[in-house]
Amino acid sequence: MNNRMNDTLNVALVGNPNCGKSTLFNALTGLNQKTGNFPGVTVEKRSGTFRIGGIQGKVSRNINLIDLPGTYSLFPKSPDEYETYRALSNESDKPDLVLIVADASGLSRSLILCTQVIDMGFPVVLCVNMIDLLEESGQTLNFERLKDELGVPVCALNARKGKGLQALKGILLDEHAKKTSSWTAPDWLVEKFNSTPSFAECLINANALDKSNTTDWVRFQSDDTSKRLNRIDALLQQARSKSEPLKAMVQTQKIDALLTHPLWGFIIFLGVLLLMFQAIFSWSELPMDLIDQGFASASAWLGAQLPSGSFTSLLTQGVLPGLGGIIMFVPQIALLFGFIAILEDSGYMARVSFINDRVLRRFGINGKSIIPLISGVACAVPAILSARTIRNTRERLITIFITPLMSCSARIPVYTLLIAVAIPDTESGIFNTRGLVLMGLYLLGLLAALFSALLMKYWVKTRERSIFIMEMPVYRMPQRRVVLRTMFDKVKVFVLEAGKIIVAISVVLWALSSYGPSGEFEHIEAKYQQKISTGELNQEQASGLEAAEKLRASYAGMLGRGIEPVIAPLGFDWKIGIALVTSFAAREVFVGTMATIYGVGSDDEQSSTLKERMQNDKIHASENKLFSFGTSLALMVFYAFALQCMSTIAVVKRETGSWKWPTYQFIWFGFLAWMGAFLVHMFFN
Amino acid sequence: MRFDDEEIGLRLIEMGCIPGTEIVVLRKAPLGDPLAFSCRGSIISIRSREAQQVMVEECNE
Repeated sequence: MNNRMNDTLNVALVGNPNCGKSTLFNALTGLNQKTGNFPGVTVEKRSGTFRIGGIQGKVSRNINLIDLPGTYSLFPKSPDEYETYRALSNESDKPDLVLIVADASGLSRSLILCTQVIDMGFPVVLCVNMIDLLEESGQTLNFERLKDELGVPVCALNARKGKGLQALKGILLDEHAKKTSSWTAPDWLVEKFNSTPSFAECLINANALDKSNTTDWVRFQSDDTSKRLNRIDALLQQARSKSEPLKAMVQTQKIDALLTHPLWGFIIFLGVLLLMFQAIFSWSELPMDLIDQGFASASAWLGAQLPSGSFTSLLTQGVLPGLGGIIMFVPQIALLFGFIAILEDSGYMARVSFINDRVLRRFGINGKSIIPLISGVACAVPAILSARTIRNTRERLITIFITPLMSCSARIPVYTLLIAVAIPDTESGIFNTRGLVLMGLYLLGLLAALFSALLMKYWVKTRERSIFIMEMPVYRMPQRRVVLRTMFDKVKVFVLEAGKIIVAISVVLWALSSYGPSGEFEHIEAKYQQKISTGELNQEQASGLEAAEKLRASYAGMLGRGIEPVIAPLGFDWKIGIALVTSFAAREVFVGTMATIYGVGSDDEQSSTLKERMQNDKIHASENKLFSFGTSLALMVFYAFALQCMSTIAVVKRETGSWKWPTYQFIWFGFLAWMGAFLVHMFFN
Repeated sequence: MRFDDEEIGLRLIEMGCIPGTEIVVLRKAPLGDPLAFSCRGSIISIRSREAQQVMVEECNE
């Protein structure tokens, strides 16, 4: 094993944003990869391993590939760019080889970074990716010329189609020596150092300085880049057959004329959103129902197989329904992220940011915030992770803060049940009342998000400037492989992140609702035993009433009654209180709690469904319905705002690095929820 | 083309827009801002306020 360590080559993948670096990474490592964070920062670190068998008699090797964040230069200006710089400047942990991915359509820009890395003293292999963009325009590139001039191996690649991978692997098996850098320090730096510094020395000094008083180093980057570009321009003039615009670029400009058109641009954007939500909600209905039923029957089957006892009931009433509650949302999340991957891979997402930046800027966020906000409609957890692309700290923070106010898919079961219980199925105008209420709830979430963003804009101060300089990639046909891969990755994050917490909390809640202060449960059991023996109640009626009374007496019930004074002004009673407490971990638990509370606890023989039982429930000691139009609406508004999601709290803590933001979020959303529900309740009563 | 602002300038420089490069303003976003221009074969979007820091000189085709 020890000998094998020596033939493992540590390779770092470096390139500009949008150069197809991740596509190449996935193509090389397949599923054999790990995702984590760089130590101490929330910048995603991806690494993977693969083995190259002996090609043409060469010795086979293991490759350990690290995908470094995309950057335009080795002069970092954001946390993720800093990680790329650090990985290449850290003496103790340097990669053996740097694989530069260049974009064939923006070759001169890619070569700035490439020559910087060569001058750092690394053995470099240059991959010219998206070579098809040149080919389809009938242009050629003289690779020999590039190779001679840069002094590094060069290979052509179309990572999306997997073309050129074999040649690249062959090159990776060769021995790679450091290239002697032809870089010479400008005179003013020689003076400063009192010797002739290397590029690496100058770069490390430049980046170590405080950015505010470094006119010299600003000059260093701009002079250095200009010099490089002049050399690159001269090289490309000889190596490229023509310098006409690429076919793909001409097409892109035509498509942009439509997709960013003052009128059509917005109409198409809204159309895309509508299509997306329509598809997410209608296509996922069947698999979601199947998963739901599957878990229900699995619980029932296990319950029948295992001996009854607290372990069985923990499994069948705590863990399994908890797991089912998460797995059920997988189809929706997969579809949503499939759509987002299509929008991103095609290049349309950059245009969505482009056309929305003006509006979002007023709220202290920027065009890129649109991606987390749209994703938030499926699930806030992956949505908050996608806010990493926002460079400005304040804008990213505000985006993370407001994203959970977008109505996520976990609220749908709550809305669906309450709408069915209390909202009449009538037409008002051309619209259905229930549909209008549902749409209103989504709008309410969006408005609350924008309102909160405005408040934060004035509250959170920053010295950082808001800069929106973004490259808009050429339009490409989205690749099925890329889309499926994103869906798989996002679903994995969701199931793992949300899964851990939901299972843990559902176990705790199960315990709280299955046990009560000592003596209470025995007392209730004895009472009903007596009622059965006197013939006052039959077995079935008794067990229903007994379960309801036990729930009221349990620790969870105590909590529900405990918070009753707080929620009474909203028209909620202790039963809704229990549901609020249990759905603290995850909103969708509301439905399950309602089912438990109204389970078999109703003595009304006529009504059999949960919906009917809830409709018939009266406020204690009165003839008024508990789930009146006003109260149900108030409850829905409460769920629209309140931060009842442990996974979101956990992910916000992780992404912002402290408990401060999730705490503020919890308090502010709670305030919005209470006030909103209170106002609705007052209005209708 | 030259710059009046260091941070914006450096970001543009590393994307290949060095002083002296020819750029073509392509279009404005539907609400008038940001705008998009092409430079060395790629499209870059930039807010008007940032674009004001970039001095350009008109040139004929």
